[in-house]
Amino acid sequence: MEKVSSTAIKNKLTALYRQYSDSIAAGMPAAINRQRESAISQFDEKGLPEKGCERYRFTDIMGAFGHTHGYAIGPQKEQVDSQKAFRCAVPGLDTYTITVGNGWIDTQNGNLPAGVTVTGLAEGAQLHPDIFEANYNRLAATKNDTIISLNTAFARGGLFLYIPDNVVVDKPIQIVNVLSGGNPLMVNQRNLIVAGRGSQAKIVFCDHTLAERQFLLNNVTEVVMLDGSQLDCYSIQNLNDHSSQISSILIEQNAGSQLLANTLTLHGGFVRNNLEVLMNGQHAEANIYGLSLPCGHQHIDNFTYIDHAVPNCTSYELYKNVLNGDSVGAFGGYVLVRPDAQKTNAMQSNKNICISPSARMYTKPQLEIYADDVKCSHGATVGQLDENALFYMRQRGIGEEEAKMMLMSAFAHEVVRTIRIPILADRYAEMIENRLRGKQAACGECFMKCDKR
Amino acid sequence: MDNTNIINEVTDSEYKYGFVSDIEHDTIAKGLNEDVIRLISSKKEEPEWLLEFRLKAYRHWQKQTMPTWAHLDIPEIDYQDIIYYSAPKQNVKPENGEIDPELKKTFDKLGIPLDEQKVLSGVAFDAVMDSVSVKTTYKDALAERGIIFCSFSEAVRNHPDLVRQYLGTVVPPTDNYFAALNSAVFSDGSFCYIPKGVRCPMELSTYFRINAAKTGQFERTLIVCDDDSYVSYLEGCTAPRRDENQLHAAIVEIVVMNNAEVKYSTVQNWYPGDKEGRGGIYNFVTKRGLCKGVNSRLSWSQVETGSAITWKYPGTVLLGDGSSSEFYSVAVTNNHQQADTGSKMIHIGKNTRSRIVSKGISAGQSQNSYRGLVKVSANADGARNFSQCDSLLLGDRCGAHTFPYVECANNTAVLEHEATTSKIGEDQIFYCNQRGISTEDAVGLIVNGYAKEVLNTLPMEFAVEAQKLLQVSLEGSVG
Repeated sequence: MEKVSSTAIKNKLTALYRQYSDSIAAGMPAAINRQRESAISQFDEKGLPEKGCERYRFTDIMGAFGHTHGYAIGPQKEQVDSQKAFRCAVPGLDTYTITVGNGWIDTQNGNLPAGVTVTGLAEGAQLHPDIFEANYNRLAATKNDTIISLNTAFARGGLFLYIPDNVVVDKPIQIVNVLSGGNPLMVNQRNLIVAGRGSQAKIVFCDHTLAERQFLLNNVTEVVMLDGSQLDCYSIQNLNDHSSQISSILIEQNAGSQLLANTLTLHGGFVRNNLEVLMNGQHAEANIYGLSLPCGHQHIDNFTYIDHAVPNCTSYELYKNVLNGDSVGAFGGYVLVRPDAQKTNAMQSNKNICISPSARMYTKPQLEIYADDVKCSHGATVGQLDENALFYMRQRGIGEEEAKMMLMSAFAHEVVRTIRIPILADRYAEMIENRLRGKQAACGECFMKCDKR
Repeated sequence: MDNTNIINEVTDSEYKYGFVSDIEHDTIAKGLNEDVIRLISSKKEEPEWLLEFRLKAYRHWQKQTMPTWAHLDIPEIDYQDIIYYSAPKQNVKPENGEIDPELKKTFDKLGIPLDEQKVLSGVAFDAVMDSVSVKTTYKDALAERGIIFCSFSEAVRNHPDLVRQYLGTVVPPTDNYFAALNSAVFSDGSFCYIPKGVRCPMELSTYFRINAAKTGQFERTLIVCDDDSYVSYLEGCTAPRRDENQLHAAIVEIVVMNNAEVKYSTVQNWYPGDKEGRGGIYNFVTKRGLCKGVNSRLSWSQVETGSAITWKYPGTVLLGDGSSSEFYSVAVTNNHQQADTGSKMIHIGKNTRSRIVSKGISAGQSQNSYRGLVKVSANADGARNFSQCDSLLLGDRCGAHTFPYVECANNTAVLEHEATTSKIGEDQIFYCNQRGISTEDAVGLIVNGYAKEVLNTLPMEFAVEAQKLLQVSLEGSVG
């Protein structure tokens, strides 16, 4: 493959925006359109993150942008009915299901509780103009990441999810993102989620590809959690191994809000997850978990940034990787405790197992602390399966492969057990086992016509 | 508990080495260019190859820019406003083993015995003031065993082959901005060679003193420990109290051959600046050891209490199979001090082991960062690392930061890193108070216990000094 420079990609994307800026803005609300110009200028000025820059130290972003992708202004007519095509539903999991095709809402199943809104961005801005205006691009604009700026410039598809004050959503809201089409495609999906005061919801994101094409999903989700809200965000990433995914989830937590975020990365050639949490109200709590199981030539980079801006907040992070094949895993964790954010509790842990000789792991847990009455800790390990445990099991007649499998499943279980939807947790465990056994991590009747790996 | 009062007392504790000695200096003009480098080289009567080495480094330095990645707020440094060579004038002939009484008085005041008869402990000293080595003790006694311990300039004169063989092999002149600067203008330092199979009978020590104003100190230390040998090396440093900042950029290179062992200890006590953050030494140091031989071992111990800004990452390249390295550090920052320090362990050989124990203590408005790298290359089968870096915060206006990097490309490596940050627990203080120990003493007790693991690794004489230093630096400080 011919090597392209990052400047060439930047110029190409900027030119693409300039050429189609009218079409991109057409039919979109002013709240979105007014952000585009400064975003593209920022992108044009700074370009894609340079290789080796601190934020993307272990990840060359050209791994995602180095291919040629098409770009679609709107939903494509010829795309398959994802509802039909996608039969990967978790058996027995009763959810409000929203399918999203290449960034655009396709179908919606079940009647959401009164007041809960799930719409496209444009409709969202019409239905709740105040909420939309106040929150759209508020968190994203503060981030010094040009990939987020790129998304802001191109944003059209995506969804707006609003849960009114004190509404408890009874069933999980499942958002199934499918990428399909006959050509390589870049999808800039932009989501805005606002959880009202005292509201509660569980959201499950599933990212899939329906074709063996090179997709590039640049996903930005802004989440605003108002006082006392509770959100569980589960994310299952399962793109094909030719595709790239850059997923930025930017969360603001207000007083007393509780967040549970859990990211499972199974497939996807190049995956970069940015999870940034701003603790903006006292007594907020964030529990963040991640599990990646890369093999082959996968590159998976999890980056988290927890900003403790106010006192009395708690954050807990656990990220795990099981690396096989020639895969590369990276973890960058950043905890910032601002001056006066006293009584902060922040814990961060990154544990990794390298199974194969050529797998590589890079980890960079960081603490930056400007307040003294805090308890902060982090830990990172890279190692192998415990030989003693293996020996113990083999002594008792368990085959080597099976014994390894049990240990790896147990390693993964620490993340799985945090899931608060029991059926989903079972499904997770099953998918993880399939993945570790080298099978496709989707269900038996999966339509994904992937290459045999 | 009147914490504020007690904290205020800390800032009043005095830097006791802040005096200036009235000694005449042979000083060159300010500024840096190729002529200055030629002048330094000619003053030291250096051979042509060394001048070339310096010029090459200088040309490389000119192309580089000051690194900005550290968590430090470094005011712009005008490299043309620094004197690059300043030697105290001696009215006696040092070649005859004599020493100028004024100089002797200075080192006596610092507690460094230059008089061999009066020495109580078996420590050989090389005393360096500004740009030159003033005196090296016990040289003859050491020479009997084949050990070379002398000033760097002397080594260049008397053992040019050894110096040429090893100089720049561990820290190449192109390594980084400050290494290039040092390689261009380095003045003096110590050279030490331990021959095969020799266990150095006494501790070797270099004491660095900055005295002259407006000068920078750029010393260079080279230690070579041949097969099956052992040496314990100590380094100490102080500087006068001045309102302007002075630059110190040193290089330490250590080569450890088969089955040899080097123990390198530092007590760094450069003038840290006053409580408003005026003055102090900028300390930009590149220290690196190469465990070249099989089963070689290098151990770093450091107590860092001085300097306005510290930028220092002693590291070891574990090249020989079975080699091992340890890094123990206590870094204390107070008032407006800033420190960005830590260790690098590069595992290349098979079955290499490393251990990092770093204890940071921040007080006042200081910023204290740990920055470390543990890197395991693809061939380093069976590599093992354990890193622990703890931070203790005393006061609510200081910062403690941790930036570890772990890079692993081998599936048989086992790497562990852990870090914690906290203040002294109120329950701990309460427990001590209950038992009749004043808050003041309780803090001393807790800090001492906290740093014990590192202090225990220092040679005895140094451990006592370090413990005292810790007490002075943090006197009465309560979080």
